[in-house]
Amino acid sequence: MLPEQGSQHARNVDLLFMALFWLNVFFFVLVAGLAIYCVYAFKRREGVKTPHITHNLALELIWSVIPTILVIGVFFWGAAGYLDYAVAPGNSLEIAVTAKKWNWSFTMPDGSVYGKDIQIPVNTNVKFVMTSNDVLHDFYVPAMRVKHDVVPNRYTEVWFNAEKEGTYHLACAEYCGKSHSDMAGSIKVVSAAEYEKWLVNGPPEWETMKPEDLGKIAYEAYGCNTCHSVDGSKNTGPTWKGLYGRTEKLADGSSVVADEAYIEESINYPGRKVVAGYENQMPAFEGQIKPKLFKGLIAYIKSLK
Amino acid sequence: MADILTSPHVGADVQHGKEIDYIEAKKGIWSWMSTVDHKRLGLMYLWAVVANFIVGGIFALLVRITLLTGNHGDNYFISAELYNRFFTLHGIVMVFLVIIPSVPGALGNFVLPLMLGAKDVAFPRMNLASFWIYTLGNLMAIGAIALGMVDTGWTFYTPYSSTTNGPVSLMALAAFTLGFSSIFTGINFIATVHKLRAPGMGWFDMPLFVWGIYSTSLIQVLATPVVGITLVLLTIERAWGIGVFDASKGGDPVLFQHFFWFYSHPAVYIMILPGMAVISEIIPTFSAKTIFGYKAIAYSSVAIALIGFLVWGHHMFPSGQSQLASLIFSFLTFLVAIPSGIKVFNWLATMWRGNISLDTPMVWAVNFLLLFTIGGLTGIFLGALSTDIHLHDTYFVVAHFHYVMMGGTITAFLGGVHYWWPKMFGRMYNEGPAKIAAYLYFVGFNVLFLSQFVMGSNGMPRRYYNYLPEFQPWHVASTVGSWIIAAGLFLALGNLLASLRKPKEATDNPWKGTTLEWQTQSPPIEHNFHDQPVLHRAPYDYRTPVSVDREIH
Repeated sequence: MLPEQGSQHARNVDLLFMALFWLNVFFFVLVAGLAIYCVYAFKRREGVKTPHITHNLALELIWSVIPTILVIGVFFWGAAGYLDYAVAPGNSLEIAVTAKKWNWSFTMPDGSVYGKDIQIPVNTNVKFVMTSNDVLHDFYVPAMRVKHDVVPNRYTEVWFNAEKEGTYHLACAEYCGKSHSDMAGSIKVVSAAEYEKWLVNGPPEWETMKPEDLGKIAYEAYGCNTCHSVDGSKNTGPTWKGLYGRTEKLADGSSVVADEAYIEESINYPGRKVVAGYENQMPAFEGQIKPKLFKGLIAYIKSLK
Repeated sequence: MADILTSPHVGADVQHGKEIDYIEAKKGIWSWMSTVDHKRLGLMYLWAVVANFIVGGIFALLVRITLLTGNHGDNYFISAELYNRFFTLHGIVMVFLVIIPSVPGALGNFVLPLMLGAKDVAFPRMNLASFWIYTLGNLMAIGAIALGMVDTGWTFYTPYSSTTNGPVSLMALAAFTLGFSSIFTGINFIATVHKLRAPGMGWFDMPLFVWGIYSTSLIQVLATPVVGITLVLLTIERAWGIGVFDASKGGDPVLFQHFFWFYSHPAVYIMILPGMAVISEIIPTFSAKTIFGYKAIAYSSVAIALIGFLVWGHHMFPSGQSQLASLIFSFLTFLVAIPSGIKVFNWLATMWRGNISLDTPMVWAVNFLLLFTIGGLTGIFLGALSTDIHLHDTYFVVAHFHYVMMGGTITAFLGGVHYWWPKMFGRMYNEGPAKIAAYLYFVGFNVLFLSQFVMGSNGMPRRYYNYLPEFQPWHVASTVGSWIIAAGLFLALGNLLASLRKPKEATDNPWKGTTLEWQTQSPPIEHNFHDQPVLHRAPYDYRTPVSVDREIH
């Protein structure tokens, strides 16, 4: 009746669900039983006069007060579970989620960006901070019994703590158009060690990608594209088109050939050698870019002739 | 008012012992199109609602046929775009064109003035205007369908609805227009109930149907303007790019949801209260016993109408509304459940020690009791916050509201149509096929929607074109259920229509009802009663035997 349970929260929700299920069964059997009993036991016979019973205060109090007490109890039970779901613990691992028609994209704490399939560590509080690029979507992981709308121009949060390794289905639960039902993903829960390894290696398709294609991913993922053009046009920073091997005039009057060493230095420590005509507004990326992507970036710049 | 008190004896022409009835009183299509007779307008609503119900039902069957498989590929004969349009149109047609006008428009128009002993509603011309506004809205909706249909879902959620292609604005304006019809009818019924009750009929002598329709009318008048202006804002946003709800234009999509549900949750009660009102008539009549807890049922209708305004946020628990708001809305939602529960127990207590005749309307009423109880009870899962988070926007919700809207309102509507059919047309249908239809409907309904509860609790989201393979057996069961229920509905409709070929032989009071509509001939004369009826007996009073024939003319 319920999907597999991936967390303590899921087990708490299911306990209430099953309690309500039996409450439902009890009242349905009561109502249906009485209705069907009446139809047969009090079947019409001619000449029978029915009693004129207009009300019965005691009976009416019973069937008003007992359900009221029951539903108020259910309210508090449901509210307690809701507060668990609504407030993420402070020490949560934070993953940024961007939804758009019809894809999920995840930015991990180290800045690396993944498509619809990600891995997270087991027994860890993981918080998803979500926003949408277009219409409403909804982040729904049935096994964790959590769901939250993803809203444009607004950040919403959802969290869970997966207690078992395994792969869990992610679905979009808010109608978003043509491929709404295909907007699925997977969350693979793995050991902490495996998670670290996965983060370093990056997504599986990176294994077979050419370095310059990896570089293009990094160019967008780390936001290089906001300041550096690849078509020669002038922007906040120098264009990357034809950069490799070019001799750049620096702000202090000296000049430098843009070789691999210079590019690597400028990514890690942008303030050291600033090209003339530009202000240094770039953050230092030292230690923030995975080795594979770093190599990819240089290969990408080399490819922009 | 004076003309009601001295309604003249009309129609000396006597046919088969009966006088000229309202159907034959005037001839020609124009006499119908321009009629201000509440009974004729009720009939016109009835046929319009039935026609729309067939259209909405065909969309539903197409949705179910699409879902026989969960992996369609790119070349399936019903594409994803088409599927999205089908479920949208099913929702729009069923909510705005069928359920909302069904009981009030068709049965309420016909029966309410008769029950009050009135000659007509308070504002007969406004009643005619209401019908034609309904027709205009209906034509606009048909226009939007002809222009390529819309794919927003019946909820028109922004910013999807502000950005998608298709005649969304026309469809939104159609719903806006239909809202005016609803408001007009509501105002009319409120005035009628206040001013046109028969002499001797105090508020607590009114039939409970009237209380139900009166409560409904209050909500219609108070809530409908909100959805009207919301849909106009949506249209303005689409037409002129003024950002109200679209985040990319600086609007707030969640605001739309607040506006929409501020109407559409009370609208749930616009839809269910009339259903409850019908059941409150059928059960005492076929139990031949006075209603148990008259005042409890009457007050609970009003309580539902009022508390129903304060629970809209339960449609938005995972939407991003504040957590405190969610807690408050959850609590209030549980409070609104109590009056509905009280009604069910009152109906059962009415049947207890009754003298129950299981004629067709009573079969529908028992169907209602069982289906509505499931609908109401499963609402507890959705009112409770933590379980709602899991079940929100899944098939569990779809099953729940179908048990309430269809299992409740449509079932009661069908019961009401069978109950008042001899009064409306002066003919009796065949009881055999009518009962078989009701049983088929019950079986089909549960096959169709119980399977959806299972899918929903297992995490199957709604509005899905493709789905995971493990859900397929349940989807197939659900689709088969849709065929059973369709068979039941066609049998019921065919059986009713077949009765129209028979001579008008129905007696004035075939079910031994105690309310005033049974005190005039079947079908009634144009002015309902010859003289102003005076209330001699409280409704549902079976202490003295009820005569099958006429008592007052």
